Amino acid sequence: MLDYMTLRLIWWALLGVLLAGFAVLDGFDIGVAMLHPFIARSDAQRRVTLNTIGPVWEGNQVWFILGGGAVFAAWPPLYAVSFSGFYLAMLLVLIGFILRPVAIVFRGKREERGWRETWDWLFFVSGVVPALIFGVAFGNLLQGVPFHFDQTLRATYEGGLLGLLNPFALLCGIVSVTMLAMQGAAWLSVKSEGDVAVRARRYGAIAAILLVLLISVAGLWTLFGVEGYRIAGAIDYAGPSNPLAKTVTREAGAWLDNYRAYRWMIAAPAAAYAGALVAALAFAFAARRIALLASSLSVAGVAAMAGFSMFPFLLPSSTQPSQSLTVWDASSSKATLSLMLVAVIVFLPIVLAYTSWVYYVLRGAVSEAAIRRGDDYYY
Amino acid sequence: MFELDVVTLSRLQFALTAMYHFLFVPLTLGLALLLAIMESVYVMTGRVVWREATQFWGTLFGINFAMGVATGVTMEFQFGTNWAYYSHYVGDIFGAPLAIEGLMAFFLEATFVGLFFFGWKRLSKVQHLVVTWLVALGANFSALWILVANAWMQNPVGAAFNPQTMRMELTSFAEVLFNPVAQSKFVHTVSAGYVTGAMFVMSIGAYYILNRRHLAIARRSLTVAASFGLASALSVVVLGDESGYTAGENQKMKIAAIEAMWETEPPPASFTVFGFPDLKSETTKDEIRIPWVLGLIATRSLDKPVEGVKALVERAETRIRNGMAGYQWLAKEGGRPNAAVPPELEASMRDVGHSLLVKRIRPDIENATNAQIHEAALTTIPDVPVLFWSFRIMVALGFYFIALFAVAFYLSSKRRCGKPWFLRLTMYSLPLPWVAAELGWIVAEYGRQPWIIDATMPTFLGVSNVPASNVAASLAAFVLFYSALAIIDVALIVKYVRIGPQSEEPHSSGAPALPAPASAKNL
Repeated sequence: MLDYMTLRLIWWALLGVLLAGFAVLDGFDIGVAMLHPFIARSDAQRRVTLNTIGPVWEGNQVWFILGGGAVFAAWPPLYAVSFSGFYLAMLLVLIGFILRPVAIVFRGKREERGWRETWDWLFFVSGVVPALIFGVAFGNLLQGVPFHFDQTLRATYEGGLLGLLNPFALLCGIVSVTMLAMQGAAWLSVKSEGDVAVRARRYGAIAAILLVLLISVAGLWTLFGVEGYRIAGAIDYAGPSNPLAKTVTREAGAWLDNYRAYRWMIAAPAAAYAGALVAALAFAFAARRIALLASSLSVAGVAAMAGFSMFPFLLPSSTQPSQSLTVWDASSSKATLSLMLVAVIVFLPIVLAYTSWVYYVLRGAVSEAAIRRGDDYYY
Repeated sequence: MFELDVVTLSRLQFALTAMYHFLFVPLTLGLALLLAIMESVYVMTGRVVWREATQFWGTLFGINFAMGVATGVTMEFQFGTNWAYYSHYVGDIFGAPLAIEGLMAFFLEATFVGLFFFGWKRLSKVQHLVVTWLVALGANFSALWILVANAWMQNPVGAAFNPQTMRMELTSFAEVLFNPVAQSKFVHTVSAGYVTGAMFVMSIGAYYILNRRHLAIARRSLTVAASFGLASALSVVVLGDESGYTAGENQKMKIAAIEAMWETEPPPASFTVFGFPDLKSETTKDEIRIPWVLGLIATRSLDKPVEGVKALVERAETRIRNGMAGYQWLAKEGGRPNAAVPPELEASMRDVGHSLLVKRIRPDIENATNAQIHEAALTTIPDVPVLFWSFRIMVALGFYFIALFAVAFYLSSKRRCGKPWFLRLTMYSLPLPWVAAELGWIVAEYGRQPWIIDATMPTFLGVSNVPASNVAASLAAFVLFYSALAIIDVALIVKYVRIGPQSEEPHSSGAPALPAPASAKNL
C-alpha cells in the first residue's frame, strides 16, 4: 500500500497527465474549430476540416469530462472552489462544449448556405471561447484568486467574471488560443490534403512563432511581475485534507523555487520552446508528422510548466494566502486516492490502446476530391 | 410560494438540465442496443437490408448522441458550479463513480461511436459489429456508474464523517458499488431506456407502414422492436425499483409519500390505487385500496411493516433532538487538525444531518424551540400529491407499454403489422416512454427532498456561495439555449425520418404492402 504523501504526489502527476491529454487531443479539436472558417473557404473544404476530426471528437471530449471527474474525485476542494468561483466563466466554457458537438453534427444536416455558415461560425466560437477562458483561468491561478473558507470549509469567492480579465490573465488567454491554434493547424496539416493543408501549414507556422514570443513574455512576467506563493514552516505531507492549518507567504519570483530545487523540471519550458520552434520549421518544410509531434510536445510542455511553477499549490488564495489549496491539504482521503489509482492503472492503458487502434484504423488524410465523391465521410 | 434564492434557482436549474439531458440518454441506451441487434442479424444473414436498417437508425442515433454528450457535460460541471459545498462534503465518495464512469464507460462509448459512423468501409463486417456492440456496452456501463453515484445520494452507505476535514469520507467502496438501491435503479433505468428505444423504432416503423414507404426496413425494425420492447417493458415494471425503497430513511418516506400512506398499517400493507392525498389534514380522500399488495411490493414479505408518514416524521423529530449534542461539539471542535469524536457522542453524530434541517428555520439551531424542531421534522415529508400522481401515471404507462408491445409481438409472430388504427396508436405513443421516464426521475429526486444526501445533508446546505443573480443568469441562458437546440434537434430528426432509409436495392419505397416479404423468414 502506498502512503498518503506518495498517493497525493501521484495524483498531482495524474492531474497533469489528464490535463496534457486533454490539451493535446481535445486541443486539436478546439484548434480546428478556431481555424475552420479561415483555413477552409468553400463548403467542400469546410467538410474536409470537419471530417478530419469527425470520427474522433467524441472520444477527445471525454478527456475533458474525465478531467472534471478526476478533479472531483481526487481533489474535491479544488473542484468545489474553482468551479463555483469561476461561475460565469465556467458557464461560457460549458456553452462552448455544448456548441461544438452540435455544430459538428448539425451543420451538414441541411443544404442551405445560411444554415451551414451559421454553424461554421458557431463552431469557431465553440473553439475560441473555451481556449481563451482556459488560458485566463490559468493566468488567474498563477496570480491567486480571491476566496476564503469559514470553519465548516464552506468557500466564499469574492471576485466576479470581470475580475478574471486582468492584463496578465488575458495574456495567458492569448497564449492558450495561439497554442491550440498551432495544435489544430498541425492536425489539419496531417489529416487533410490540398488547399486546406497548405493554409494549415501557413497558419501553423505563424502560430508557432507567435507562441514562442508569447511564452517568453508570459514567462518573464510570471518571474518578475507576479507574486508567487510559498508555504512557510513545517509541512505535514500526510495530514488531513484541511487547508486551514498552514501559513503561506507571497513573494515575487517564488514560482521559480521548484526550478531551482529540481533542475529536471526545466524540461517543461524546454519542451514548450523546442516543440514550438521545431513545429515552426516543420510547418515551413511540410514535415507534417513532425509538426504534429512537436506541436503536441509544446502543448504538453506548456501545461507542465504551469503545474511545475505552482507545485505544491493547486489554487492559491490572493485574499487569504494561508487558506490556499495545495497538494498536501486539498486531496481526497487515502482510501479514495488508492481506489482511483487502481481504476486508472487498470483502465487508462486499455483506453490508450483502443484509442490508438481507432486512430490507426482512421489513418490517412481527407481530401476535397474524396468529399466530393461522397466517400464514407459522415459530416 | 417560493422565493428565488440561490437554493431555489440552483434546484430549478439542476432539475431542468437533468430532465433535458434525460431526453437523450434513454434513447441512446435503447437505440445503441437495437443497432447492435440489427447489425448482428446483418452479419449473420448477410442481407443488405439489415445493414441499411442499422445505418438509418444510426443516423438518428448520431443526432441524439451528440445532444446527449453535449448536455451531459453540464451535469458533471453543475455539482461544482452550483453545489460546491455538496462537492466538498461528499466529493471523496461521490466523485469516484463519476470519474470511473469516464474512464471505463464513456471513453469506450465515445471512442467507438466515431468508428461506427466512419468505419463501414474501413472495417470488416465482424469488426464493425464488435464496434457497435462496444458502443452499446459503453452506454450501459455509463448508466451503471451514474446510477451508483445517484443511489449513494438516496442511501449513503460505505462512508463516514471525518471531523478533521469536515466532510464524508469513503470507508468501503464495495458497499457503495453494491448498494441495493444502485442495483435496482440500474436495472430499472436501463430497461426504461430500452423501452424508449423500442418505442422510437416501432413508432417510426408504424409511420412508414401507414404511408407504405420503406416497407422492408420498417417491417423488420418493427419485429425487432416489438420483441425487444416487450422484454424491456416487462423488466421495467417487474423489476421496478420499489424494491430499493426499503433501504434508507428517506426511501421509506418516499414510499409512504408515493402511497399517501399516512399511518403505519399492520403488515402486509394495502396498496392505494386511487385517491386524493391532502397535505393539511394528512389524509387521503376517496381512496380505493387493494389489500396486501404494497407490503408485498415494498418488503417482499407478508410480515414486515411499511411505515407511514406520521411515524417517520416522529422518528425524524427524535433524530433532530439526538443530533443536537453532536452538532454543538462539531461547531466547537470540527475542522481542527486532530479533532476526534468523543465516544459518548458517536450516536449523536449519526443524527447531525437531521439537526441541520433546523438551519433553514433558524441559524442558531441549538436554541430551537420544540415548535421549531417539529416544524423542521415536518419538512422531511416530500410533496405527497406530486409523488402520488407521478408514480401512478408512470406505472400505468408501464402496463400500457407491456400491452402495446405484447400485441405488436403477437402480430409480428403471425407476420402481420396490424390494422391501421393499431399502427396509428403505436405511432402516437412515441412520446410516452419519455413521459414515464421523466416522471420516474421526479419520483426519485423530488421525492428525495429535503435531502441532497439522505439523512446526511439537507439540500439547502449543499449550494455554492454565489450571487443569486449569477444563477438566474445561467438558468436563463440554459433555458434559451436548450430550447433553441431542442427545436433544431426535433426538426432534424423529423427531416431524417421523412427522408427515410437510403437503400441500394429497390425493395423499399413504393413496394406494395404484401403480407410478408419472403426475406422475413430470416427473422
